[in-house]
Amino acid sequence: MTTTTVGDPILQISSLETHFFTRDGVVKAVDGVDLTVGKGEILGLVGESGCGKSVTSMSVLRLIQNPGEIVGGSIRFHGEDLLDLSEKEMRSIRGDRISMIFQQPVGSLNPVFTAGSQISEVYEIHEGLKKKEGNARAVEMLQKVGIPDAERRIKAYPHELSGGMAQRVMIAMALAAGPELLIADEPTTALDVTIQAQIIDLMREIRNDLGTSIIVITHDLGIVAEIADRVAVMYAGEIVEEADTKTLFADPKHPYTKGLIGSIPLAGDRREWLDVIPGRVPNLIDLPGGCRFAPRCRAREEAGLTMCTEQRPELTGVNDEHTVRCFLYQEGAK
Amino acid sequence: MARFLLRRFISSIPVIIGILALVFALARMIPGDPCRAALGERATDEICDAYNERYGLNDPIHVQFGIYLKDVATGDLGESFRFGVPVTELLIQRLPTTMELAAAALLIAVFVGVPLGIISGYRHNTKTDVATMVGANIGVAMPVFWLGLMLQYVFAVFLRDTPLALPPSGKLDAGLIPVPFYEVWGLPENGFMEFLSEFTLMNSLVTFQWEIFSSAFLHLILPAVALATIPLAIIARMTRSALLDVLGLDYVRTARAKGLRERSVVLKHALRNAMLPVVTIIGLSFGLLLGGAILTETIFNLAGVGKTLFDAITSRDYTVVQGFTLVVAISFVMVNLLVDLLYTYLDPRVRVS
Ligand SMILES: Nc1ncnc2c1ncn2[C@@H]1O[C@H](COP(=O)(O)OP(=O)(O)O)[C@@H](O)[C@H]1O
Ligand code: SF4
Ligand SMILES: [Mg+2]
Repeated sequence: MTTTTVGDPILQISSLETHFFTRDGVVKAVDGVDLTVGKGEILGLVGESGCGKSVTSMSVLRLIQNPGEIVGGSIRFHGEDLLDLSEKEMRSIRGDRISMIFQQPVGSLNPVFTAGSQISEVYEIHEGLKKKEGNARAVEMLQKVGIPDAERRIKAYPHELSGGMAQRVMIAMALAAGPELLIADEPTTALDVTIQAQIIDLMREIRNDLGTSIIVITHDLGIVAEIADRVAVMYAGEIVEEADTKTLFADPKHPYTKGLIGSIPLAGDRREWLDVIPGRVPNLIDLPGGCRFAPRCRAREEAGLTMCTEQRPELTGVNDEHTVRCFLYQEGAK
Repeated sequence: MARFLLRRFISSIPVIIGILALVFALARMIPGDPCRAALGERATDEICDAYNERYGLNDPIHVQFGIYLKDVATGDLGESFRFGVPVTELLIQRLPTTMELAAAALLIAVFVGVPLGIISGYRHNTKTDVATMVGANIGVAMPVFWLGLMLQYVFAVFLRDTPLALPPSGKLDAGLIPVPFYEVWGLPENGFMEFLSEFTLMNSLVTFQWEIFSSAFLHLILPAVALATIPLAIIARMTRSALLDVLGLDYVRTARAKGLRERSVVLKHALRNAMLPVVTIIGLSFGLLLGGAILTETIFNLAGVGKTLFDAITSRDYTVVQGFTLVVAISFVMVNLLVDLLYTYLDPRVRVS
C-alpha cells in the first residue's frame, strides 16, 4: 500500500442519524455515525449488507428520499454543515464538489441517453457549458479514465457498454467537475475479478494524481486492504471500529472485526465472508437494548460480561489512531 | 434504422392479410344467404341465381377470396344497397369526421392524461394523487353513452343561454356549408381532394372560413371529451405507475447525485423512460377510441365511420359493414405501426441492427 500524507479533514460526520419512518416502525438505518475523511485520503467503509453504508453515503449528499429523513447530527464539509444548506446550495455541491459512483454501473446510467451526453450534462449544470463544449470535455474525460476510442464511445448507449466500461463512464462523470470528494458505493461488486482490479487501480491513480479524497464503501475486506488508508467498520447502523488499514488488519479489537478478518476467503475463493460469523444482523427496527452485536458475540461470554445486553457501548479510543465500540476495552466493565 | 423501419412495415403485411381474410369470412358467415340478405326475403330463386352468378357467389371459396383481394386492391369495396352508392364514396365522406374526432380525443387524452399522471406520480400518496386517481378510476368505469348524455344535458340544457353553452349534436350549425379548399384554390376535383376537404376543421382553417371553423370546433368539443375520457384515465394511471417505477431506479439517483434540479430529474431523466410503456398504451387506446366512436357518433349525431357502421349493422347493409370494418382494422394496425416507430425513436435499446 502506498503511504500518502493525509491533510486536514475535508469531511466530518458527527452523530449522524438517518431513520426511515415505515409502516412497520422506525428503521434506524444510521444511528449515531461518526466519520472523518482527510484531504487526499482513501477511507474504507466496511460492513455486511444492510448495515447502513449506502444510507450513510446518500445522507452526505442529502439524497435520502421519503420515508427516510436525517434526524440528527452534522455533516461538515470544509467546516460548513451541509445540513444547514438550502436545496439550491446543496445542488451546487452534488456532482461538482462531492460526487458518487454506484454498484450497478449499467443501471446507474440512463438507458435512453448516450454516455457522452450524460457526462456533458455535468458541465452543462456546473460550468454552464454548451452541449458541444461539454461533449468535447467528455471525450477528454473518457480518455483520462482509460477508455480507448473515446470519440466513438461517447456516442454509445449504456446497453452497448460492458460493466467495466460503464463504471469507467460513471467515474468519468463523477470526476468531470473535479470534485474534492468521491464516494464509491460498492464500485466493483458487480464486476468480474480482473475488471475489479482495474477499477481499483484507477481509483488509486485518481487519488494520487488529482488528490481527490475517496470513501470506498464495500463489504469486501480484500478491496479495503488493497486501497484504503484507513478503515471504518460498520455494524447495524453504527461504527464499531476505526483504525488505519495496517493496524486494523494486524490488530483488530472488536469481536465483529475479528470475525470478519478471520473469515476473509483465501485468494480466488469469492465466498461471502459474512456467512462465517454465526447469527444474523439485528432487525434495525427492534434493536437490542445493549450492544448491537451482543446476540452474536462469543467474546462476551468468554469474558463473562453481563452489561453488554443492558448498556450501549461508546466509541472509545484504544490509542490516538484506533477507536472501538466494545466493553472489552473499557476500564471497569462487568 | 431504415432497415428496421422497412422490416417492421413488412411484418405488418401478414396482419393486414389476416384482417382481410377475417372480414371476408365475416361476410360469408352471415346467417341466411347473402342474396336474400341483400335483396330481401321475397327475392325469387331465379333472381337469387342471377345475383349469385353476378357477384361470383357460386365460385369456389378461394376464387371468391382472390376476387375480393383484387377488388380491395383496386379500391372497389362494393356498393351500399341502402344508399345505392359505392362504399368507397361513403368512406370519403365519413372517414374524415371520425379521424378528426379521434384525433381530437387522442390529443385531449394525451395532453391531459400525461401531465395528470406526472403530477400524481410525483406527488404520490398526497391528496392531489388520491384525488387524481379516484377521478381516473371513475373515468375508466364511466360508460361512454352515459357520459355523452350527461355532457349534452349539462352543456346544452343546463347551461343553455350562458357563454358556456355548447352544441350537443351535429358537425356544424344548420345552414353553414363549407366551401372545399380545392374550389377556393381552383384545383381539380377528385376523390382524394374530396376526402381531404371533408376534414372540416382543416379545410376551414386553411381557407380562412372562420365562421365554419369556430362552429366545427365548438361542435367537436363535447363528443371529443366524451370519447377521450376513458383513454385519458387509462393514460393518466399508466403514466403515474410508470413514473413511480422509474423514479425508484438507479439512474434517477445518479441524476440527482449529479446536481440536477428535481424538475429536470423528473421531466428529463425519468419521464423519457416512463413514456415507453405509456406510448404502447396510447397505441392500444386507439382501439378503444374506434370502439367508442361508434357510441359517441351515434349520441352526438355525427355522420362518421362509427355511426355509419352502427346503422349499417342494424340495417344489414353488409357491404358497408365489411368495407368499414376493413378500414377500421387497417387503421388500427397503422396506428400501432406508428406507435412502434415512436417507441423505437424513444428507446435506443430496441434500435439494434
Ligand atoms: N427506502 C427505505 N425504506 C426503508 N428502509 C430502508 C430504505 N432504504 C434503506 N433502508 C434500510 O436501511 C438499512 C441500511 O440500508 P443500506 O444503507 O442500503 O445498507 P448497506 O450497508 O447494504 O448499503 C437496511 O436495513 C434497509 O432495510
Ligand atoms: S460490547 Fe460486549 S457484546 Fe458488544 S462486542 Fe463487545 S463484548 Fe461483544
Ligand atoms: Mg449498499
